[in-house]
Order: sequence, then C-alpha cells, then structure tokens
Amino acid sequence: MLMVFGYNLGPILGQGVLGVVNGAFYALLSLGLAVIFGLLNIINFAHGALYMLGAVVAWFLLNYLGIGYWPSLFIAPVIVGAFGVLLERTMISKLYKLDHLYGLLLTFGIALIVEGLARNQFGSSGLPYSVPESLRGATRLGFMIMPTYRLWVVVASFVICITTWLVLEKTPIGATLRAATENAALVQSFGVNVPRLVMLTYGAGVALAALAGVMAAPVYSVNPNMGSDVIIVVFAVVVIGGMGSILGSILTGFGLGLLEGFTKFLYPEASGVVVFVLMIVVLLTRPAGLFGKAS
Amino acid sequence: MEISRRSLLGSAALGTAAAALPLSRARAQAKPVIKIGVLNDQSGPYRDTGGLTSVECAKMAVAEFSAQMSGYTVEVLSADHQNKPDVGAGIARQWYDQGVDLILDVPNSGVALAVAGVAKEKNKVHVNSGAATSDLTGPACNGNIIQWTYDTWMLAQSTGGATVKAGGDTWYFITADYTFGHKLESDTTTLIKAAHGSVKGSSSYPFPGTTDFSSYLLQAQNSGAKVLGLANAGGDTINSIKQAKEFGLTMDIAALLMFITDVNALGLEVAQGLHLTESFYWDMNDRTRAFTKRLLPRSPDNYPNMDHAGVYASALHYMKTVNKMGVAAARADGKAAVAAMKALPTEDDCFGKGSIRADGRGMFHSYLFQVKKPSESKGKWDYYKLVQDSDPEHAWRPLADGHCPLIKS
Repeated sequence: MLMVFGYNLGPILGQGVLGVVNGAFYALLSLGLAVIFGLLNIINFAHGALYMLGAVVAWFLLNYLGIGYWPSLFIAPVIVGAFGVLLERTMISKLYKLDHLYGLLLTFGIALIVEGLARNQFGSSGLPYSVPESLRGATRLGFMIMPTYRLWVVVASFVICITTWLVLEKTPIGATLRAATENAALVQSFGVNVPRLVMLTYGAGVALAALAGVMAAPVYSVNPNMGSDVIIVVFAVVVIGGMGSILGSILTGFGLGLLEGFTKFLYPEASGVVVFVLMIVVLLTRPAGLFGKAS
Repeated sequence: MEISRRSLLGSAALGTAAAALPLSRARAQAKPVIKIGVLNDQSGPYRDTGGLTSVECAKMAVAEFSAQMSGYTVEVLSADHQNKPDVGAGIARQWYDQGVDLILDVPNSGVALAVAGVAKEKNKVHVNSGAATSDLTGPACNGNIIQWTYDTWMLAQSTGGATVKAGGDTWYFITADYTFGHKLESDTTTLIKAAHGSVKGSSSYPFPGTTDFSSYLLQAQNSGAKVLGLANAGGDTINSIKQAKEFGLTMDIAALLMFITDVNALGLEVAQGLHLTESFYWDMNDRTRAFTKRLLPRSPDNYPNMDHAGVYASALHYMKTVNKMGVAAARADGKAAVAAMKALPTEDDCFGKGSIRADGRGMFHSYLFQVKKPSESKGKWDYYKLVQDSDPEHAWRPLADGHCPLIKS
C-alpha cells in the first residue's frame, strides 16, 4: 500500500472524502449566512434553528402527508423561507438602521425559542428519516465504502453553491441586489422596490438553510439540537472566508470540512477546536478573512 | 377601586381570615418540608434517557408515598445542568443552601462527580441514578452519596463480557471524550485483557456536539478489529449505530451503554440483534409492568428505562429511611441519612428486593438483553429478549477492587 509520512494512504483518502461531505454542509449553511450578511448586514444567528426547521418540516411532510424526500427538497425550503420572510417583515426589518449587535441578539433569541419549542415537542433522541429509495446503498471506492446518499450531498451542495454564486455575481438580479446594499436610496430612485428585494433575499437565505436541513435529515436524523451543534462552526467558516464573501464561504466550507476530517484522523480530540484555532490565526493575520475585502 | 370595594364588603370575612391565618401558618411550621431536587439534562443528548421522565418518576414516588409520610411533606424541584459540571455544581450548591435535602438522577459522570463533592461538603444526600462512572463507588466515593442504577464496571462485565465470550477478542473503541467515556473504555479494556483479548485502537471524540461519526467508524473498520466498542451514550450512540449501518461496517457492535429510549429512537430495523445491559426493563414482571402503567399517564411518549426507574426507587427508599430515623435527624445530617439508607434493605416495584453496599453501590440484578427483530415485537416498546440475569453478587465490582476510601477506614 502507498504510504505517506508513515501513514497508509487509504485511510487518509477516506477521511478526505468524509471531510468533503461535512464540508458540503458547512458550505451550504455558510453560503446562506454570507448572502444574508453580505446583502442585509444581519448576523443571522437563527440560521442553525432554521436549518433544523427545514429537516423538521421534511419529517412532517413525510410522516403526516406522505410527501417524500424529492418533493420536500423544494417544499420545505419554500415553507421555511416563508417563515423567514415573516420574521424579516415583523421583526428583523425594524433593526436595519441599528448596530449589527441588535440583529445578532434578536436572531439569537429567535433561535433559542425555535429550538426550545422543537425540543419540547420532539425530545432530544432525534426523529428517524430514511434515505430515499433511489439513493440507498453504497459505492465501493476501493479504500472505503461510501454511502451513495453522501455522494449525492456533495454533488448537490456543489451545484447549489455555484448556482447561487453565479446568480449573485453574473445576473442583473444579483447586480441590483448588490447595488441596493451599497446605496439603497439610489437604487430605490431607479424604481426598484428595495424593501421587497431585501425581504426576498432574507427569505432566499433562509430557504438555503432549510434546504441544507432537508439534505441533512437522512444523514444525521432530525434532531432539535442539530442546528446549535453546527452553527458555531458555520460562523467560523464565514469569518475565515471573509464576512459576506459568497465565494469565500463556499471554498472555506469545503476546505474546513477537509481540515476537520484530517484532524479526526490524526488527533480526534482536537477536531472540535481546530476550526477555531484557524479562525484565530486568520483574524490575527488577515482580519477581513481569506477572501474578504478590507474595508 | 376593586380592592377598596372588596375590603369594604368583606370586612366580616376578613376578620375570620385574620383569625384563621396564624393557625394555618402554625400548622405549616409544624410540618417540615423535605425537598428533593432532580438535576439532569433537560435539553441535550441525555434528555430522553433522564430528563422530564425522571422528574415525573420522583413526583410519582412522592405522590404514592404521601399517605405514609409521618409528619412531613415532600416537594420536588428540577433543573437542567446542561451537561456542564460547573453549572451542575452551582445548582447543587444553591439547592443545598436553600434547604434541598436530596438530589437525584444527575446523569453525565463529569457533573455527577462534581455534585458528589458538593453533597459531601454540605453534608446532604445525593443518590445518583443517571451517571455511569464506577469511580462514584471507587476512588471518588464518599459517605453522602449512593449510586443506584448501573455503572461502567457492570456494563463492561455484562455487555463486554458476553461479546468477548462470543469470540469478539479484538476491539476498537469510539469514546466520548470525558470522564464517562474513558471510564467505560478502561473498565471494558481491563475485562478484554483479562480474557486475553486486545484493543487495536480508539478514537475519543469531542463531547457534546459531535453528530458525525463516519470518520471514526472508518478508522475502526481499518483497524481490523472484530468488535466496535461504543463508549458513549444517548444521542451519540444512536448516531454511531445508524452511521455504522450506513457505511456497511462489518464489525460486531458492542453498545456498552444503551437504554430502551435509545432503542426506540433507532427503531428495531436498525437496532435488532444488539446486546445491551440494563438493571430494569418495564416488561420484566408484573411489578415492573404495574409501575410502568402508573407512570405512563405522566410520561406518555417516553417509556421508563433503568435511569428513570432508579430515580423512582431511590426517592422511595429515601422517604422510607426518613420515616425510620425521623425527619429532623434525616435533615440535620446527610451522612447519617445515607448510612441509614445503607442499613435498610430496599424494596420497590422496579428493582424488587435489594440492598445498598457500604461503598454506596446499589445491589440489584443486572440483565443482558438482546434487541428483538421487528417480527418478534408484539407491541409498543416490546423490544427486549432476556439473555442473561446476573444476581447482585456477580453483577457488580467486588467491594475490595473499588478502592473506595470509606472501605479502607
């Protein structure tokens, strides 16, 4: 077998592949966060709770309405996105003129409430959600057995991330959005309904979180704590990538998944902190993040 | 306005009430209140194994015993320790200072060790049902605590012993990186080595907060060991087993600590065939079924596991002891109360007849179960087949091996 630095290469490759799977979730979640922060200047601490809500809605659709995984991939984000729009209209929009901290505190409070309610309702053991029939089974990669569903997660996440980036960077809608965040008054004077644009952007960011939640349901089971477990890491991803940088959050998401994967292999005890160690290093050397523009 | 009208209209009634007030107050003073605090995880990975069902168990014990309380009443409090030793110790200290006499449950060995220290410092009582570390009756034992339900030594002996006997002599551990996981791993390792088996490796993952175990599972598979030992609990065990199936793990799985609540969350399809150890099963005999039937209206979604049963039984045993030694004496000296609890044989619907050993170890039967196939299960929560019944003499670590400081003196 091929050896690198005294390690058998097979397991290392395996850890890399698994790291990318986790990275796919980090990328999807941090993408929504980056969109919301980049365009709305809101530090959305409710993101983890909304991700969990996506999974819960998918579970409900399956168990109460018999709606399976594939339609849920579309329906759950729409439902949770609508909930996001409601939050934005009734609460978050009141805080745009205030300091970031207010939005952070508000969304953190929302997260605590949503998670607390879910825990009350469903307990903490998690609700089972089966892998859809068409994605069952596993693929033999030679050095490991890879469940087909996880491969799908990586591919789907990659496609979604790239599409979102293209929409924001290369289309007229994206250009309008970016312009509106630079100078809302000016864009409004061109006849664009800026508040509606902002509302829909928040809804879209939330829908991305819910989509990640639906995709996570078969992997991690639907658990009220699933959002709070992951949200802190995802924030670190956004900070390392550069607050608000779309491409940065995508690349950093996948990259940190890899880094975490290798740490789990080399020194598992440190896998919970390695992301934050890197965050500190990045903040000290490049405060704007790896891909952020210094303001 | 309303107040003045009321006071005008009810002057006669007021006079009566004023006359009655000192009387009722005097009566309340005459009847001392014993306070029992249930301290456990109510929001994290161990919520369903203990949590609110444990609180209901304590309340039910109090309600059922109320007719026999001689000259006192009992109040049950509860709190969430969030799996943080500092939070748990803080609540325990505050509770004991505010007149709580007995703290129950306390899953999470890290928190339990902290609370055990506080109980000693304040000379109060702590009966543990939820935590696993056998150190509570070993080096960390003291005269103010009792460990009722189970421990890492008994789990290793039962589930680990059965696995080794079945030919599983090489192991790889996935371990929750805190005192409980390490103790369970080391107790099981001792047993494996005694049977001339070997441990090929282990991964300690950060607790709490780990949801993805695939990386550790892959390392386990690559180690070439025959058995995957899961030295974790609750939601972590559930995720580990699920993901092991997903990744087509070919090793035998020894879930060293698993509760019926975990089996329920996994579903029989995934959990079937697993071996596990509990000291209580709701469907064991008429008494356990009667207990469960009484509890279910209070906890409709969660059937009781051994942790819950232990909270019920230990609350009951404490109140029996209070009856025997007198309220004032029991409240004044926690150490004396624990000594009296050890002297009094135990008996309840959950564990039958039993006793408490000098080191604080509850001496009950321990049962090795196998999880039924979906086709064998006849109804709701009908999950276990009894494989082996260990009597108290053989289920627990011999007194001399624990190195409990109480025993030396």
